[in-house]
Amino acid sequence: MKTRKNKKTEELLEKLEPKTSDNLLTFKGVGKHYGSIIALRDVDMVVDPGKVTCVLGDNGAGKSTLIKIIAGLHQHDEGEFMLHGSAIKLKSPRVALDAGIAAVYQDLAVVPLMPIWRNFFLGSELTTGVGPFKKLDVQKMKDITKQELSDMGIDLRDVEQPIGQLSGGERQCVAIARAVYFGAKVLILDEPTAALGVKQSGVVLRYILQARDRGLGVIFITHNPHHAYPVGDSFLLLKRGRSIGYYSKSEITVGELTAQMAGGAELAELAHELEQLGGHDEELSEAEAGATSQTTA
Amino acid sequence: MSSITASPSHKKKSATTDERVGKKSTLSILLGRPEIGALVGAVALFIFFAIVAPVFLSPASLATVLYGASTIGIMAVGVSLLMIGGEFDLSTGVAVISSALSASLVSWYFGLNVWVGIVVALLVSMLIGFINGIILIKTKLPSFIVTLASFLMLTGLNLGLTRAIGGSVSSPSIANMEGFQSAKAVFASSVNIGGIEVKVTVFIWLAMVLIASWILLRTKVGNWIFAIGGDEKAARAVGVPVVRTKIGLFMAVGFCGWVLGMHNLFAFDSVQSGEGIGNEFLYIIAAVIGGCLLTGGYGSAIGGAIGAFIFGMANKGIVYAEWNPDWFKFFLGLMLLLATVVNIVVKKRAESSK
Ligand SMILES: Nc1ncnc2c1ncn2[C@@H]1O[C@H](COP(=O)(O)OP(=O)(O)O)[C@@H](O)[C@H]1O
Ligand SMILES: [Mg+2]
Repeated sequence: MKTRKNKKTEELLEKLEPKTSDNLLTFKGVGKHYGSIIALRDVDMVVDPGKVTCVLGDNGAGKSTLIKIIAGLHQHDEGEFMLHGSAIKLKSPRVALDAGIAAVYQDLAVVPLMPIWRNFFLGSELTTGVGPFKKLDVQKMKDITKQELSDMGIDLRDVEQPIGQLSGGERQCVAIARAVYFGAKVLILDEPTAALGVKQSGVVLRYILQARDRGLGVIFITHNPHHAYPVGDSFLLLKRGRSIGYYSKSEITVGELTAQMAGGAELAELAHELEQLGGHDEELSEAEAGATSQTTA
Repeated sequence: MSSITASPSHKKKSATTDERVGKKSTLSILLGRPEIGALVGAVALFIFFAIVAPVFLSPASLATVLYGASTIGIMAVGVSLLMIGGEFDLSTGVAVISSALSASLVSWYFGLNVWVGIVVALLVSMLIGFINGIILIKTKLPSFIVTLASFLMLTGLNLGLTRAIGGSVSSPSIANMEGFQSAKAVFASSVNIGGIEVKVTVFIWLAMVLIASWILLRTKVGNWIFAIGGDEKAARAVGVPVVRTKIGLFMAVGFCGWVLGMHNLFAFDSVQSGEGIGNEFLYIIAAVIGGCLLTGGYGSAIGGAIGAFIFGMANKGIVYAEWNPDWFKFFLGLMLLLATVVNIVVKKRAESSK
C-alpha cells in the first residue's frame, strides 16, 4: 500500500518537474516536529497559480501545521519548501506576506471588536502626511474596503461596524478579499467551511473560485471531501502527519476521495462487523463499496 | 471604539454611505463610545458635589480638583494605552518615585546641573518600561507576575539606593543646585488664568491626552495597539509588529512615570524613597473607570482622563463637603464596581446588536 502511494507521488512530481520554476510552491519531503511530537513528515505537494490545491485529513492530521509552515508561523525541520523553485524558510508571517503568501486561519485572523475597515487594513494601513504628522487615511481605507468587498460580491451595510458582528461566512470573505487586495499570490484557507452551515459554505466556496480565477494559487484545507472535490484541482491526503496520497482531479472521484479519507482498512472492518451483525444490507454494501474503491484507486 | 466617531472629512458623499444604514443618531453614537459610562458618572458626581458643597464650584476649587486629577491622569494616559494593548503594569507607582530619585540622586551625588539628572531619569524610566516589556515577551508570563516582580524590586531599590547614596530615607535637597529653578518652572509651576493659579501639570496632562488620542485613533500604531489587545495572534498573523508595539507601550508608561516623577521632585526639592506604593492601582482604576477593558482591545485615552477627573472630584469633593476623608476609598471602590459593570454592557452593545 505504501509503495503504491509513493510511486504515485513520484509520478506526479515528475510530471511537474520540468516546470518547477512555474510552480508557486513546491514541497519535497517536508517534515515538522514539536519537541518529540511528529506533526508532519514526508509531505510532497505543489501549488500552482490559478489552481486550487486541497489538503484533506482528519483532526490532528497535521493540516494546520502544514499551512503554518507556509505562512511563516512555524519552520519545517526536514525536506525542502520552495517558492518559485528556490528553497526558503519563512521566518515570520510578515516575511510570508511580503512573499505574497496570505493565510486565512481557522481561528480567523480578525480582531472582533475592531471595525471592518480597520481589520481589512490591519498591518498594512494607508497613511497620508509626513513625519510625526503621518496619519491614517481613514476615508480612503473605508472606501477601498467597501469597494473591494462589493467586487467580491460581498455587500456590507457599514464598514464601520465591528467585524465581530458579521457572520462566520462574511468574516471569511472579508479575510479573503483582504488577501486578494493586498496582492497575495498564494491564499491559504484553513478549514474555512468547518463552522459554517450549508448555504454559508457555498458562499465561501464561491469566493475560493473567485480568488482562483484572479490567478491566485489557493490552498484549501478541509476535512470535508464534498467541499474539496467541486473546487479542487489537486488533492493531498494527510493522516497522522503523513501523506497518504496526492492526486489530481482526473485521477480520483469524490467517492474514492471519501473512501481514502475514511481509510479503506477501517471501512473493510466496519463492513465485516456489519456483516456479522446482519440485517444492515444497505450500510454493508456502502462500506464494501468504499473499501473496494479505496484499493482500486 | 475609535471608529464610531464620525470624522470631519465625511462631508463628501462616499462609498461608505449605504441606504440600508439608518442615519445613526448622535445618542446612539455616544452610547457606543467606551468612555460613555465614565462621562455620565463624572457629570453625576459633579452635580452631586455642586449641590452638597457649593464651594466646589468656585474656580479655585476647580483648579485644585484639576490638579489632583492631573497627578493621576498623567499616568493614566500611559496605563490606558497599555491596558487597551492587553497588558497592565503594577510597577508604575514606585517607578514614578524611581524616576524622581534617579534625577535627584544623580545630580546631587555628582554635583551636576539638575537637567542632567532629569535626562538620566528619563533614560531610567524608559529602561524600566523596556525591561518590563522584554521580560514579558521573552518569558510569556502574564504582566501581573512580571510587573509585580518589578514593583517589588523597584521598591527595594528605591529604599536601598537612597539610603546608600544619600544616607537617609529621603533624597537630599537639590533646591540650591544649578538648573533647579528652570526645572521647577517646567514641571511644577502654576499658570495664572483670570486670577486663578492653575498648576502646569493640568496642561501637560491635557496635552498628553490629546496626543495619546491622536495616536490611538489616527495612526498605524494606534491600530496596532487595539489589535494586539483585541487578539494578539490575529494581529501577528496579519503582520502587526506585536513585540515592538508591546515594548513601546511599556516604555510609554515609563515616559508618563518620568513626567510625574519630575513633577513630584520639583514640586518640593526632595523625594521620600518609600512613596508611590499603591498608586499603581489608582492609575489602573482611572483607566478602568474610563472604560478601558481589563482584557484589552477596547477603551480610550479620553476615558482614562475622565476616570482621573472622577478621582480628583471624589478626592477633593469629600474635603469640600467636610466629610471624613476615610470614606474616600469606599467611594472609589463603589465607583470602580459600577464602572466595570457599565463597561461590560457598553462592550456587549458594541459587539452585537446594531
Ligand atoms: N504547537 C504545538 N505543539 C505541540 N504539538 C502540536 C502543536 N500544534 C499541533 N500539534 C500536534 O500536531 C498534530 C497535528 O496538528 P494540526 O496540524 O493542528 O492538525 P489538524 O489541523 O489537521 O487538525 C496534532 O497531534 C497536534 O496535537
Ligand atoms: Mg486544524
